Amino acid sequence: MPTQITRRALMKTGLALAGATAIGSAGWTPARAAGKLEIFSWWTSGGEAAALDALTSSYAQKFPGTEVVNATVAGGSGTNALPVLQARLAGGNPPDSWQGNTGTAFFNSYVDPGFVEDITDLYQSEGWVDKIPPAVLDLVRKDGHYYAVHVGAHRCNEVWFNKKLLAKNGIEIGDTLSFDQFFAAAEKLKKAGANALAVGDNGIWANQRMFENTFNGVLGYDQAQKLWRGELAFNAPEMKEAMKIHLRMLDFQNPDHSALSWDQAVGKVINGTSAFNMMGDWAYGEFVKAGAKDGVDFGWVSHPGTDDIFIIVTDCFPIAKEAPNAVEARNWLKTIGSAEAQLAFSLKKGAVAPRLDIDKSKLPPYLQWSYHKFATNKFTGSSVNGEQVPSSFMQASTDALTSFVVTKNVDRFADALKAAQDATKS
Amino acid sequence: MSIPESVGIPDHYKSFKFSARRSFFWDKLAPVLIISPVIVTTLTFVYVFILLTVLISLSDWSAVNLAGRFSTPLLKNYSQLFANPRFQMDLRNTVIFTVMFLAGSVGLGLVLALLVDRQIRGKGLFRTIFLFPYAISFIVTGVAWRWIFNPETGINQLFNVLGINSALGAAGLDPFKPGWLTDPTVWPPLNEALSKIFPAAARLQFDIGVPVALIAVAIAASWQLAGFAMATFLAGLATIPTHIREAAQIDNASGWTHFSKITWPMLAPFTLINLVILGHVSLKIFDLVYAMSGPGPGFATDVPGIFVFEITFRALKYGVGAAGSLVMLLMVAVVVVPYLIRNMREDA
Repeated sequence: MPTQITRRALMKTGLALAGATAIGSAGWTPARAAGKLEIFSWWTSGGEAAALDALTSSYAQKFPGTEVVNATVAGGSGTNALPVLQARLAGGNPPDSWQGNTGTAFFNSYVDPGFVEDITDLYQSEGWVDKIPPAVLDLVRKDGHYYAVHVGAHRCNEVWFNKKLLAKNGIEIGDTLSFDQFFAAAEKLKKAGANALAVGDNGIWANQRMFENTFNGVLGYDQAQKLWRGELAFNAPEMKEAMKIHLRMLDFQNPDHSALSWDQAVGKVINGTSAFNMMGDWAYGEFVKAGAKDGVDFGWVSHPGTDDIFIIVTDCFPIAKEAPNAVEARNWLKTIGSAEAQLAFSLKKGAVAPRLDIDKSKLPPYLQWSYHKFATNKFTGSSVNGEQVPSSFMQASTDALTSFVVTKNVDRFADALKAAQDATKS
Repeated sequence: MSIPESVGIPDHYKSFKFSARRSFFWDKLAPVLIISPVIVTTLTFVYVFILLTVLISLSDWSAVNLAGRFSTPLLKNYSQLFANPRFQMDLRNTVIFTVMFLAGSVGLGLVLALLVDRQIRGKGLFRTIFLFPYAISFIVTGVAWRWIFNPETGINQLFNVLGINSALGAAGLDPFKPGWLTDPTVWPPLNEALSKIFPAAARLQFDIGVPVALIAVAIAASWQLAGFAMATFLAGLATIPTHIREAAQIDNASGWTHFSKITWPMLAPFTLINLVILGHVSLKIFDLVYAMSGPGPGFATDVPGIFVFEITFRALKYGVGAAGSLVMLLMVAVVVVPYLIRNMREDA
């Protein structure tokens, strides 16, 4: 998710505030009637709330006697929600289950401090282990134990394009797009006076999203894994190659990129003032919201070089350790882990359902495509969203990129990333 | 000693003893009781927390490393802070922003005050209009100014509508189309010149000069706080005795002489108040910049406030963040403390 940089950062912020707020909440113990379930999330915007509603109504159908308390805290990206959640966890007054992102951040914030229940038995009794790709399970699994149920997975590495604008300029995009094909198209558009690449890096993560997609494409899956394991340096020649390609792409961006947010950049592709946008599939929601048609008005293709890679960001729900309503909470996880609930959620959220056995015929064209990718691609976490790296590296790399896009100094950028990589080892 | 009844003491003297006890409570105890919550909360939430910030800045402690102890070497966080090219740029930006913002807000405030201070119709209305921006949240105005300074859809459209660009085009010149907040240029390019004099300057990780994007931020901040400066100047203008003005009129002093010899010198204390108050606003500024441009292209509009926020809560380097906060506190103290000391002396 685009918002996850902040989500994650604020998750940690929450820890700091926890102490202060915990004093306030310690004396507050709401009465908990039997047959009650409290779900905590920050999904309050239109599509997100509808997606959460799809889950809670599935639950209400199966367990009509239980009152579902939907403890959403409004405020985009969990800015307000995460401090509240952390305070409740630290203060020993947890919700039964809550929305979380997976990977390193999930383990650091919830599993390692002992806030969540081990639900390995649920995975066995519900047969989830065989239904979900192992690499996805790894995002909530540690030493063979499971700690949360996935509800949706976003693919981060897509190139979105305006089909009509490209057709007008005689450009056709096939099933894949190479860097050379992209640059050829971009040159053609530039000559025709059209803006080729829409970028909205008012929040620099959007630029970082593009750069990560590009270096995954240049390195390929195996080399990129070496990078994350620390076996390949960030200032290796291949990385510098990726940096040069990134700079070349930026030559084709809109001049007001640093004044726009990511969704405004998607808007430029929707209204046909730009041809391409490089973004994860939360952009799909923007196209749908604007009434653009899958495959008619807009198209998509994997970021160059990454057709076999699924850069993944997922949402999940764990159960609190010693949850006030443990039975209801386990029923909740059983429900949201079911194929029907996951399908209903996916249609509303625009993310792929993690189960491989859902009814694909009901999916719109994009989700069918990304579902196929989900089943066949190799998974890798994202450093932009913090699934792959510690937060100190995230900030250092963001800062280095902010300077890089202005100074265009490849060597200095590479060395700064290398230094940030080394700092995480010590 | 007892007073005989026959002396005829007025009734209100009889209650003297009682009222003495009462006034001890009201005179001595009550003020202490009334004031003590403020004292306790101020001590706790200002001074104890400053002390904690000092301790954090010297330690490895953070919300994810609760076992962190004093760092070795003790000033490790400070050396990391000053070695960070982003923080170096922030210090540059703070200095340049403060100069531009003070010149803009105090200058504009003075002009507005002089305009409003005449016997004109509706001067109360204008005073309110000019003061009003000061009452709006920085976040709200920050967003509005971000739209205004968008190079594609903002004020640049106005230049097109006014025909400035077609006129320039007819004269064979490039259109006037500043990038405003999106312009990463730092002007003038001093680094090269400097490195000829000081070879060490070639190793600088940032450009010395005026970041162009910062000008737009300074314009927005000046607009917002000029009303405050105006109000202060109006109070100052009211203190200039009428007989001095009249004497100047009799001597047939020109407008400029009147201003430079009477108004400006007599406003000096108020100019100082404006510089101190607006100066510390400028050093601490966060919300306006955060809403308008964030760190900006190549950190052109980054300020220490944004850096401290991100390094603390995103990078989770609490120590470096605390060190940055203390550097900000010191900068503000340099501006405010001499002024406070002077005031205290005057009061005594």
